Amino acid sequence: MSDINYSILIVGVGGQGVLLASEILSEVAMNFGLDVKKSEVHGMSQRGGIVSSHIKIADKVYSPTIRYGQADFLISFEQAEGLRAMDWMKKDGAAIVSTTKLIPAIVTSKKEYNYPLNAIETMKTKAEKIIAVKADTLAAELGNPRLVNTILMGVLSNFMVFPLELWLDVIRNRVKSKFVDINIEAFNKGREIKLSSVEV
Amino acid sequence: MKELLSGNEAVARGAFESDVKLASAYPGTPSTEILETIAAKFPSIYAQWSPNEKVAYEVGVGASIGGGRALVTMKHVGLNVAADPYMTHAYTGVNAGFVIVSADDPEMHSSQNEQDNRFFAKFAKIPMLEPSDSNESKEMVLTGFELSEVFDTPVLLRMTTRISHSKGIVEISEQTTGPDRKFVKEPSKYVMVPSNARGRHVIVEERIEKLKKFSDETPLNFIENNGSKVGIITGGVSYQYAKEVTPEFDYLKIGFSYPLPMKKIEEFINSHDIVIVVEELEPFYEDQIKAAGFKVKGKEYFGNIGELSPYRVAEGFKNAGVIDEVKLAGIGVEKDMFPRPPVLCPGCPHRGAFMALKKLGVAVTGDIGCYTLGVMEPLNAMDTCICMGASIGNAIGMEKVKGSDKGTVAVIGDSTFFHSGVTGLMDAVYNQSNVTVMVLDNSATAMTGGQQHPSTGKTLMGNDARKIDIPNLCKALGVKRVKEIDAYDYDEVITCLKEELTAEEPSVLITTRPCVLMPKRIMDEPYTVDLELCTACSACFKISCPAISASEETNKHGRPKAIIDESVCTGCTLCAQVCPPEAIVLKSQKVEV
Ligand SMILES: Cc1ncc(C[n+]2csc(CCOP(=O)(O)OP(=O)(O)O)c2C)c(N)n1
Repeated sequence: MSDINYSILIVGVGGQGVLLASEILSEVAMNFGLDVKKSEVHGMSQRGGIVSSHIKIADKVYSPTIRYGQADFLISFEQAEGLRAMDWMKKDGAAIVSTTKLIPAIVTSKKEYNYPLNAIETMKTKAEKIIAVKADTLAAELGNPRLVNTILMGVLSNFMVFPLELWLDVIRNRVKSKFVDINIEAFNKGREIKLSSVEV
Repeated sequence: MKELLSGNEAVARGAFESDVKLASAYPGTPSTEILETIAAKFPSIYAQWSPNEKVAYEVGVGASIGGGRALVTMKHVGLNVAADPYMTHAYTGVNAGFVIVSADDPEMHSSQNEQDNRFFAKFAKIPMLEPSDSNESKEMVLTGFELSEVFDTPVLLRMTTRISHSKGIVEISEQTTGPDRKFVKEPSKYVMVPSNARGRHVIVEERIEKLKKFSDETPLNFIENNGSKVGIITGGVSYQYAKEVTPEFDYLKIGFSYPLPMKKIEEFINSHDIVIVVEELEPFYEDQIKAAGFKVKGKEYFGNIGELSPYRVAEGFKNAGVIDEVKLAGIGVEKDMFPRPPVLCPGCPHRGAFMALKKLGVAVTGDIGCYTLGVMEPLNAMDTCICMGASIGNAIGMEKVKGSDKGTVAVIGDSTFFHSGVTGLMDAVYNQSNVTVMVLDNSATAMTGGQQHPSTGKTLMGNDARKIDIPNLCKALGVKRVKEIDAYDYDEVITCLKEELTAEEPSVLITTRPCVLMPKRIMDEPYTVDLELCTACSACFKISCPAISASEETNKHGRPKAIIDESVCTGCTLCAQVCPPEAIVLKSQKVEV
């Protein structure tokens, strides 16, 4: 028996790689010897809609979805989506948010909708542990925008008990061989970002 | 060995371990991945996409009668389409085992209704299994085939989106060996003429009595005693939600859910002070338990609309007075957030069709597929969408009563046309309707992930297939006015539509541009906005392309000029065609100053 009990919510927009990130995390937890369930809804959401993935990790997991207000970690691939999903977070939970902004066409074409001016600042007024990550910039520096998910997983790994090697093994298994090195580099870049190293 | 599998992957694994010989289906969220996984991972099973669920079902019945175990899968509404063979299949029973998977969609994440298909088990008197996680999904496929053969009946495995699309740890086993059966002539069992069917109905009733006994005895329906005065009767994913919220209560967990284990239920009710039924959607258990004369509570606390969740179950328990408080979220919902509805992709050929239909202001009877997104703001170019294949019949009826002064156009995708549009078109010809039908042929079943279909030239297992030619099919049905058009040519689409709307006979316009995502990604040279020329008229915003957004630059009235995200623009040209000042140009032709 361990007393590990993690609820993680990963959110983003269709096509951003939310599902791969949640796969990696779930497999790490399983290989660590814990029970895992994860749940997401595919379908309409992939046409540019919101994608969310719930991951629950413990000795024994029942519900595959998280209760409102019970997520220990919120990982958001897009800043406004992070703000939208905050209701799922525990008050003392941590949010890891990419500064990415994806403004949908409906906001452009209809006056009544507005994209929040500063989603991350608003998040900081609601909870203490908000970690903003310039994941897009970091991914671009590494030469591949698709690395955002691995970078965010690297940041998350700092807050979890799973040993580094377990993460790297899963990445090696999950990623096409020619992308393994760059993904590990991206993961390590994320891992350099710690709560203490960012202003809160 | 353990693997992390979705419910759908677990069903596929279960089919493999059960030595299934044939799996057939028509795609439909949330069921699609079952057959995709079988085709990708278990090549020993012959797997195929059929044009619709009815045919898929009948193919499965043939395999079963022929001696091979058969798995047939579909989304909940698919069983409406397959209901005809399904209902009578209860009478014939099986030779080799037959399991049908119905994947229901509470909350309608990707569906047009949230019907509760558990009623289909009771309706047909077919036994039903309801898994509550991935491991059970796999195990229940194995159990399903055994039961099917022991009781000589098809078996319904009822999944829901949360079971199909959640992953959990599954214990993997070796493949077992299915029964060694061959086809034997037995018309009294398989030819349902009235004289035979009367005899078979008696067998159905006898069988259901045996199944009631089985339901009371099977460990699939089990009691978890924790010494609580509160007893919960539950099944499917609701079991997980309730266990999460109140592990301390006693549980009667239902895995074999039709017919219900009434004796076990009676014992359970008699040994508890309060018994609450927790089930998603309709009061399927509750009504039967009440009809048997027992006092239970349930729907008054949980409702019958939408998905349950741990939160909703907790709320229900609080209202029932069995828990004191519901731990509420601490942070609260952010108000006034913009919506992020699904939209047609950049470069989607359906966009050209809907731009033209919007411009003409005709009545548009719609259908189901990616193109249903033509209803969304700001295209707003679809007026009906009921079920797959309905567009053509709807248009015929609308046109017969002269419902629209500007004419009626039926819009239907290629996969949907094969599914159930062909018969509608036959009706149009036969009954001399002058409807205009647009078949949006993108050579894919795009909505559900790009599956093959009768005109894509490939089968599910990756073999080459003869392509069924849509224009020739229409002509063979007797449509004289059949024309292929380019949905990227806005003026052409408008001209052709106008011409066909005035024709005094049915006509079919087929758009032929392929889907830009599947099977391969299409990226031509992107377009860009010349901000010098852009007047901020917003014409390009109205075509609802995700590649186009407001730039920081404004015109003198402060209205934003447009900008194109070149990394996602496919170069379809539609925005350039509707730009009055011709400010949208090919990237290579933009004059840099
Ligand atoms: C009876 C039924 N079966 C399956 C589905 C799921 N489904 C919705 S749209 C669709 C396919 C649409 O393909 P197509 O007509 O080619 O349009 P596209 O998405 O490619 O634009 C399917 C399978 C359904 N809604 N109803």
